[in-house]
Amino acid sequence: MSKKLKAAIIGPGNIGTDLLIKMFRSEWIEPVWMVGIDPESDGLKRAKEMGIKTTAEGVDGLLPHVIEDDIRVAFDATSAYVHAENSRKLNELGVIMVDLTPAAIGPYCVPPVNLKQHAKELEMNVNMVTCGGQATIPMVAAVSQVQPVEYGEIIATVSSRSAGPGTRKNIDEFTRTTAGAVEKVGGADKGKAIIIINPAEPPLIMRDTVHCLTKDTPDEAAITESVHNMIKEVQKYVPGYRLVNGPVFDGNRVSVFLEVEGLGDYLPKYAGNLDIMTAAGLRTAEMFAEEAANGTITLPARG
Amino acid sequence: MNLKDKKVVLHDMSLRDGMHAKRHQITVDQMVDIATGLDEAGMPLIEVTHGDGLGGTSVNYGFPAHSDEEYLGAVVPKMKNAKVSALLLPGIGTVDHLRMAKDLGVSTIRVATHCTEADVSEQHIGLAAKLEMDTVGFLMMAHMASPEKILEQAKLMESYGANCIYCTDSAGYMLPDEVSEKIGLLRAELNPTTEIGFHGHHNMGMAIANSLAAVDAGAVRIDGSVAGLGAGAGNTPLEVFVAVLERMGADHGIDLYKIMDVAEDRVVPLMDQPIRVDRDALTLGYAGVYSSFLLFAKRAEAKYGIQARDLLVELGRRGTVGGQEDMIEDLALTMAKEKGLI
Repeated sequence: MSKKLKAAIIGPGNIGTDLLIKMFRSEWIEPVWMVGIDPESDGLKRAKEMGIKTTAEGVDGLLPHVIEDDIRVAFDATSAYVHAENSRKLNELGVIMVDLTPAAIGPYCVPPVNLKQHAKELEMNVNMVTCGGQATIPMVAAVSQVQPVEYGEIIATVSSRSAGPGTRKNIDEFTRTTAGAVEKVGGADKGKAIIIINPAEPPLIMRDTVHCLTKDTPDEAAITESVHNMIKEVQKYVPGYRLVNGPVFDGNRVSVFLEVEGLGDYLPKYAGNLDIMTAAGLRTAEMFAEEAANGTITLPARG
Repeated sequence: MNLKDKKVVLHDMSLRDGMHAKRHQITVDQMVDIATGLDEAGMPLIEVTHGDGLGGTSVNYGFPAHSDEEYLGAVVPKMKNAKVSALLLPGIGTVDHLRMAKDLGVSTIRVATHCTEADVSEQHIGLAAKLEMDTVGFLMMAHMASPEKILEQAKLMESYGANCIYCTDSAGYMLPDEVSEKIGLLRAELNPTTEIGFHGHHNMGMAIANSLAAVDAGAVRIDGSVAGLGAGAGNTPLEVFVAVLERMGADHGIDLYKIMDVAEDRVVPLMDQPIRVDRDALTLGYAGVYSSFLLFAKRAEAKYGIQARDLLVELGRRGTVGGQEDMIEDLALTMAKEKGLI
């Protein structure tokens, strides 16, 4: 029996397609279904050409096939508005949901910080926060793992071309969700998030700045080591995650300057903000698959 | 240029844009003192917030001496005739801040985006309009896009519910012809009931000339700052602009001597440095860089030994936009490494 978990992707847009391409390379996840709502959409046609089963009837079109195709994990790359229903229907059939929308019904998941714990507890719905959150929260955690962080602030700068209509229509959701996860996952007492959209051509690669204010004088050597270790952890699934400058210490301020270049699977390389979401989502599902193969967790029973 | 009897609504920026020049350290008492002076001088609109707008308090832009709530709560009740506005940059502040400002008596919300990214303002402009506030769309760094692009973005903001659109020269880069062209196109193509505004910076010494060009091309609202207190080389100095409008016979409604006195007696004494076109402020205008980068670049020069001017020119070349203050220290570190200074 194959150790790979079979997966469905809901939402055949840019994110869904990029995820699909990454998934073909995965040792742990096998893509089986692409779910859309428009039979004429390019995304569904692309998926079909890549040899994937498709339905244009939304999640309801997938439900009858979940058991026979043994779908164990689904990735929702649609919108916060429909995610709750998608998740309820699939969870009922024992499908683990990786939420790439801002719905955040389940706990936030930032792989190098708390994925292991979510996998061990077999969380049936995990939320991937935001692109800015995926890029920066590992750094906040790297500092807070050394000593208490009173305040964590992140500034994510993304290229205009990589900021989709969903983000633009509800940019407050980005700042609120990211700030919340800087606290809950990053470990800062108080979190703040800022997003800047830059229209320069050629498009700039995603840039992120992380400022932490530590309660006591920062332990420079320990924080520097922790930051470098965490960079390596993120690089395991986002090879283009780079430390540009820092950590810089100024009183109790610790600052880290990052650049996130994507793999360029389907999305362009400058869109590291989108790449880090798909890579983190896939990494999350892989961890569940690994834990299931090791016998540390038991997936919901199927008759 | 004939501006005889033309209506001009002036909008003071000293307590918002001026916060940049004061590293956001203006005290509540100073704010009340200046605002009441402006109110007595007949200033119809006064902006009060952190320099980067509601919610701007941060490591990135600077922690202010007091919160937006404290400033607004102190200034608004003291106004006899003047209305108070607040700036909001989507991506920094949220609709929660907007509601807070409304509850504190703010009547005008100015939602600011980079001049090509107006679609991030839909939820904020929509809410402000729904709350029946005077709702302004504020297109920043307007020198970076063509007149047609500015118009397209202005129409988006208008469609979300803005009743006034600003062409904002955040870098103090524009020369009068560009102002005339952009304002003229907005005036010709936007809904006739939509007001047009212009916000200038004095980095190229053009703030007065540009503001006149804007009025001549159809702008009604003109931003300025008493004594010029604002980012970079400051905003259009309002006491000077009022004197010019007076000479031209425009309808501005301000008492010239009173505003001169607010400038001289209340604002100039609290300046940390003269607000003037020094070489770094001039570089902002020349290279087309966001004016509030000025003091950050000067601090980076002091800390890392890279000239502020070199930093600003490179930031301009990279196409940085408003809010990217984090790139100043980042660039200084990179340049200092390249030069072997660190």
